[in-house]
Amino acid sequence: MDQVPIFDVKGAVYSYNETGPPALDGVDLTVMPGEWVAVLGANGSGKSTLAKVCNALLVPAQGACFSLGLDTSDPGNAGAVRQGVALVFQNPDDQIVASVVEEDVAFGPENLGLPSGEIERRVDRALELVSLTDLRKRGSYSLSGGQKQRLALAGALALEPKALVLDESTSMLDPDGRRSFLGCLGELNRLGMTILQITHAVEDIMFSGRIVVLGAGRVLWDGRQHGFWDGKYREFGFSEPPELALYRELASRGLIDPLTAPRVDDMLEALCL
Amino acid sequence: MSIKLDGVSYAYNVGTPAENVALDGVSLVVERGEWLSIVGHTGSGKSTLAQHLNLLLSPQSGTVSVDGELVQIGTKAARGLRRKVGLVFQYPESQFFAETVRDEIEFAPSNWGVKGDDLKSCVDEAVSASGLDPALLAANPFALSGGQRRRAAIASVLAMRPEYLVLDEPTAGLDAAGIRDLTGMLSDLRERGMAVVQVTHDLGVALERSDRVLALERGRAVAEGTPEEIASYLAENPVKGLLLPPCASFAHRLRSRGINVPLTSGAAAIAEAVEKARAVMR
Repeated sequence: MDQVPIFDVKGAVYSYNETGPPALDGVDLTVMPGEWVAVLGANGSGKSTLAKVCNALLVPAQGACFSLGLDTSDPGNAGAVRQGVALVFQNPDDQIVASVVEEDVAFGPENLGLPSGEIERRVDRALELVSLTDLRKRGSYSLSGGQKQRLALAGALALEPKALVLDESTSMLDPDGRRSFLGCLGELNRLGMTILQITHAVEDIMFSGRIVVLGAGRVLWDGRQHGFWDGKYREFGFSEPPELALYRELASRGLIDPLTAPRVDDMLEALCL
Repeated sequence: MSIKLDGVSYAYNVGTPAENVALDGVSLVVERGEWLSIVGHTGSGKSTLAQHLNLLLSPQSGTVSVDGELVQIGTKAARGLRRKVGLVFQYPESQFFAETVRDEIEFAPSNWGVKGDDLKSCVDEAVSASGLDPALLAANPFALSGGQRRRAAIASVLAMRPEYLVLDEPTAGLDAAGIRDLTGMLSDLRERGMAVVQVTHDLGVALERSDRVLALERGRAVAEGTPEEIASYLAENPVKGLLLPPCASFAHRLRSRGINVPLTSGAAAIAEAVEKARAVMR
């Protein structure tokens, strides 16, 4: 199968200034259509820079980035890349522009100059996907943190992108908000959306198919869930999520395949009861 | 020996458009020598409830009684209650003001007029009960690590020799090891006969060590019971903001597959139950 990668970053180097160490120091990353990749790293690891490179907001000084098969160093491609790759930021207040929920979602498609029937269709669908249909007439700023972040996501989805890049999009949410947001992402991924999720929180990465760890502008690790939880996580200074104790007990007794991801749902399924 | 709250209601900003009912007829008994956890989402009224236990807030309706006696604000009994009930606020270390940890811990008892050797033994007891390294008494409280600061702050409340210790989100901001240390310390205090009341939004922390748990939702008590009873209740009747810890959620979902294991079991006990069930099936 010869699919075109959604993101193909090749030896990307990027510096914000000439004196300090580069924010990206030779990053290689290939993301195929339908993948959900979590990019994990501490502050200053280069993960937000990588998000901006994938969205053509920044162009690597050395190496290259192909997004949706388009070379981002060609300024002529920037528009197509940004329409096809939607970015959701940390603080939803940074990207909510209208005072009513449905008007905020319509902002992007209106800007694309789409006919009103098409705008309506996209708004309906985007609100449906993030479960905000019931709140469509509400004031944007009356929403809870989790609802606001889902509204920001709906605004991005209304552009009908091929991929989502999320830059610390759960860091301001409480546990409920985080769970509902991650649930939305899971549903979108099942529908085929490619997701690049930038985060420093270990709770966020339990649901992605693949984990990439960045440090000092380089890829330190790239692999599947189980490989990460085999001990790598400790090496990178992350603490153990509670699911992991259960995973170890079940796996050591041979009750689940050791390749099972340490998530409650997956482990229950793997028990084959 | 107990504190009893009976039908306590409290609203903030009464008579303004911002009026907000924080507690709506909550009743509760705290016995000496038990560990009670009050759990709830942000805005459920749990901090407001904690502040009624020493009458820092006075109920707008309902009553507070201590050891069988009704206590009202402004009375001598209320003053005594402040001493009997030590209240540790959320992020208590943000209230440090003294130059040394010793000054910080001495502040409350010396305010009550405790002097000389008595004061010294108050401090020594508090330091030993809180597990604080005595070498840190001479240190500036702001030079301590996060976990040490939390201990010093709790020691400064213990120095009043309270009979009841009420802590608002005592594990907030601590890492896993810090939480284990702190809950171990609270467990020791309870063993010595002190009542421990822990206000938390972390159901996992509440279920692990408490004798009893009270769950609040929008100012009302929705459930009260042992950790096992509360876990079962919340598994069947989810309350916003109170997430079952992964082991409890796993154990609950095993029930529909015919495996019965207490929801408060540890990972090893759960795995063992699954192993046994598997053996029977074969």
